[in-house]
Amino acid sequence: MGSRASSLLREEDIEEIKKQTGFSHSQITRLYSRFHSLDKGENGALSREDFQRIPELAINPLGDRIINAFFPEGEDQVNFRGFMRTLAHFRPVEDNEKNKDPTSGEPLNSRTNKLFFAFQLYDLDRDDKISRDELLQVLRMMVGVNISDEQLGSIADRTIQEADTNGDMCISFSEFTKVMPGKAIDITADLQNGA
Amino acid sequence: MESYLFPFDSLICMLLGISFTVWFTLLLVFIIVPAIFGVSFGIRRLYMKSLIKLFEWATLRMERGAKEKNQHLYKPYSNGETLKRSLRGGAEPEFDMSDIFYFCRRGVESIVDDEVTKRFTAEELESWNLLTRSNYNFHHISTRLTALWGVGVLIRYGFLLPLRVTLAFTGVGLLVVLTSVVGLFPNGRMKNYLSDKVHLMCYRICVRSLTAIITYHDSENKPKNGGICVANHTSPIDVIILASDGCYAMVGQVHGGLMGVIQRAMVKACPHIWFERSEVKDRHLVAKRLSDHVADTSKLPILIFPEGTCINNTSVMMFKKGSFEIGSTVYPVAIKYDPRFGEAFWNSSKFGMVNYLLHMMSSWAIVCSVWYLPPMSRMEGEDAVQFANRVKAAIARKGGLADLLWDGGLKRGKVKEVFKEEQQKLYSKVLVGSTWTLSGCSAALNWPLPEPAQTEL
Repeated sequence: MGSRASSLLREEDIEEIKKQTGFSHSQITRLYSRFHSLDKGENGALSREDFQRIPELAINPLGDRIINAFFPEGEDQVNFRGFMRTLAHFRPVEDNEKNKDPTSGEPLNSRTNKLFFAFQLYDLDRDDKISRDELLQVLRMMVGVNISDEQLGSIADRTIQEADTNGDMCISFSEFTKVMPGKAIDITADLQNGA
Repeated sequence: MESYLFPFDSLICMLLGISFTVWFTLLLVFIIVPAIFGVSFGIRRLYMKSLIKLFEWATLRMERGAKEKNQHLYKPYSNGETLKRSLRGGAEPEFDMSDIFYFCRRGVESIVDDEVTKRFTAEELESWNLLTRSNYNFHHISTRLTALWGVGVLIRYGFLLPLRVTLAFTGVGLLVVLTSVVGLFPNGRMKNYLSDKVHLMCYRICVRSLTAIITYHDSENKPKNGGICVANHTSPIDVIILASDGCYAMVGQVHGGLMGVIQRAMVKACPHIWFERSEVKDRHLVAKRLSDHVADTSKLPILIFPEGTCINNTSVMMFKKGSFEIGSTVYPVAIKYDPRFGEAFWNSSKFGMVNYLLHMMSSWAIVCSVWYLPPMSRMEGEDAVQFANRVKAAIARKGGLADLLWDGGLKRGKVKEVFKEEQQKLYSKVLVGSTWTLSGCSAALNWPLPEPAQTEL
């Protein structure tokens, strides 16, 4: 007599996801329940509409960008593996991980990968550069109609000036990492409960 | 050939006849007669206590099984966790590329768990209650437990279900017939008295048909004539639960089919408020009919569910302001179900009415508590929305439910753009330096909302 939600999630899958993402067994089963409850079409994959149905996400000014981060280039569906891979960026870094051997590859929730995630939120056309236009568009999403074009433009110009070191009027990923404050990157969402 | 079967035939007939008679006599004596007089033998409470012991034993066994395998028992998210928020406090009010992390975090946190969508599906249980339908992720189910589950299935489907269905038909049938009979009486005190008695009796039979074990608290605050009774809504059963303890005037849309028959019969005995489909859209008409009813103190208090839709009994969602504009005394009532015995929430997008009733009648029982809160009236300087929120907060507090400002309409519809615009406005304020931190918009869901246009009652 199996259980409903995890009947589609086999032990081998859980082990693989555990290796890839670093989530614990119970975290994976819980997130699978969540994935399942969001998947209204019950086809094992989430579409953009499924995410949009979460009211708190729908009112987030950058909601669409965040949703987009879950979908690989050109795709409209994300399966559970992809879902977990993206969420893994936000897994808190545990102490015992810092001593892991460097040959096992960089974990998904390393500082670099977290920064890259944020970088991609700005980089609309995924060309590994944040242009002035892209920065303006994202700024516009965050402020709505409450700030004038000129003011927004000057904010964008100032930001690019501060970050750009090679003079190409765009922000590359390495320039982005240099500008990011060291301590303030606390995007570790609270995924730990009862695990 | 036939001669062989004849003696067995009559024997079988006799046995069937006897068992039916015994069955119906037991039914009458133990269930229907007490229902008529409103007394109880206490059989249901005894049943409930034994079930609790059973569930505790089952949980222990599952935990033991889990420990043996060195794993943790699956536990769903609990309501009381708080999500960490990051504040940008102290930094200069100008744009920083790391601002994006704030929105990023909130977005991902809401993907992992949000306050709203989980209110529209049944609440997950802490431990298993031996029903397949509430088995999400419970492992370590030993053979003994499986055997117990099997026995449970036999009892529930073989014995309880037929019993309950019989009672349900009896209850509804009696309601239709007796209210029509009472309708023949001339208007007056006698008619009202009879109508009350008939309604109460039939609802009590229906309560027994669900094996509902209800505890009423603070009955001195029961709604009186000329008032409006508001309660949180979890399922259509709420009506039966409240109406078996007091007499109310119901409000609703006119239906066809069996519901329509029941509605027409009920209205013969005492005035209920049934709206045609077309009239529901006309807010003024609706408000007028309600006010007229309330103004006549010989009429029963109105029963209304201001959420407008079924919520899963872990929270109370936005109350529509229509019933709070009428200006009469409001009697709030909080209803809290115990999900261990049977999930009362009706997920109308997943199950139809018949399916839902079958689920109800094949669960162990429906156990709930009803609290009658002291009456409230609109205060000076308070508008309908604030009054509605005040009543809602009182109900949530009493029933131990989360008090949410979100609209139950989000079950089916999209959230309004205006809320996103509010978020954008708050962030812009930080950018131009009129506020120092983003804590304003991170105050969970209790920010003061802009007045959304409420178009329904």
